Amino acid sequence: MQTDRLIAALATDTRTAPRRIGPVLALALLAALPVAVALFMAILGMRSDVRTAMHNPFFDLKFVVTLTLAFAAIVVSLHLTRPEASFGRWGWLLLLPVVVIVSSLAAEMMMPHQRPWLARLIGNNAMACMASIPLFALPFLAAALLALRRGAPANPGLAGMTAGLLAAGLGATLYASHCTDDSPLFVVVWYSIATAFVAAVGVFAGRRMLRY
Amino acid sequence: MRGRDDEWTGLMRAANAGDATAYRRLLEAVAPVLRAATHRGLARAGQPVDQSEDIVQEILLAVHLKRQTWDATAPFAPWLFAIARNKLIDALRRRGRRVFVNIDDFSETMAAPAPSETLSAGEVATHLDGLPSRQRDVLKSIAVESASIKETATRLAMTEGAVRVALHRGLASLAAKLREP
Repeated sequence: MQTDRLIAALATDTRTAPRRIGPVLALALLAALPVAVALFMAILGMRSDVRTAMHNPFFDLKFVVTLTLAFAAIVVSLHLTRPEASFGRWGWLLLLPVVVIVSSLAAEMMMPHQRPWLARLIGNNAMACMASIPLFALPFLAAALLALRRGAPANPGLAGMTAGLLAAGLGATLYASHCTDDSPLFVVVWYSIATAFVAAVGVFAGRRMLRY
Repeated sequence: MRGRDDEWTGLMRAANAGDATAYRRLLEAVAPVLRAATHRGLARAGQPVDQSEDIVQEILLAVHLKRQTWDATAPFAPWLFAIARNKLIDALRRRGRRVFVNIDDFSETMAAPAPSETLSAGEVATHLDGLPSRQRDVLKSIAVESASIKETATRLAMTEGAVRVALHRGLASLAAKLREP
């Protein structure tokens, strides 16, 4: 085929303006939300003392951590859909949830506790946490990857990783409302392991799905 | 190079606002630059340069299908060259080469003329035959026989809307086929 003919064909295909990826990603995640919530309510459900727990700052801090991760990863994911984007320009945003968790760790360490630190770290739900977060992250990861396929990332694995991080942040937000372990020590260990796992799945899927 | 980049950026803004003529002018303006750069990239990697037209067409398809990722407040050239670089590296990898392509290969490049008519049909034409029949017929009518949307609709007994949909899907499937190793 002659290149000038191809160009003519491309110029003919301009009736529908291409849709920006931001709104597409937002819609995809909104569509995944009821799926993840249904899965969550069917398997775990919120903890029974959620009303009193809300007055515990360490219970609330879990949501600050997971939602900071989710929003930072959404911003970085959208940035990485651009072919000329460099990770460094916005990648530092992913340090925000780390800053939040480290500050809450420091706060926790300064407070008096009845249980020793190792007991708080191990908690009661470590295995459930590591299995649940990836499970509830899955609908969000699938939705994010499908939306990000419209992008043109220079590094598809990296783009998949940020999709994994945003999915883990949203999945962990659901799980956090069930889990009775509120210590930042528990969060920093087990939530991180679960998040790393989802991010690794994201890298693997991104390399296959996000190439353009 | 500054004036050229500004001109491209202006054309792409007009294209996004629905100006098909500006879009066509833009693609016609960038094709020779992409051709010269691809030529040079292939030569540096020790590959036969007669494949450069395939890669140029692949870049143009990606530019078209990914144009929503261009930020209208940013200059067009860096975006274009990032896509071109990605496609050139991809093409070289498929041919079993791992090479580093310098972005300067693109930005400093002057235009090269189009190859003569006698060259082989190329990869795009080869993949055309593997498309679903409707997409293939529409693409052949518009991209090979230079028919308009209206003529194609009459010829294939389709509505103009259906021709547009088949054209867009056909271009997307072509790009997907070219990406396969």
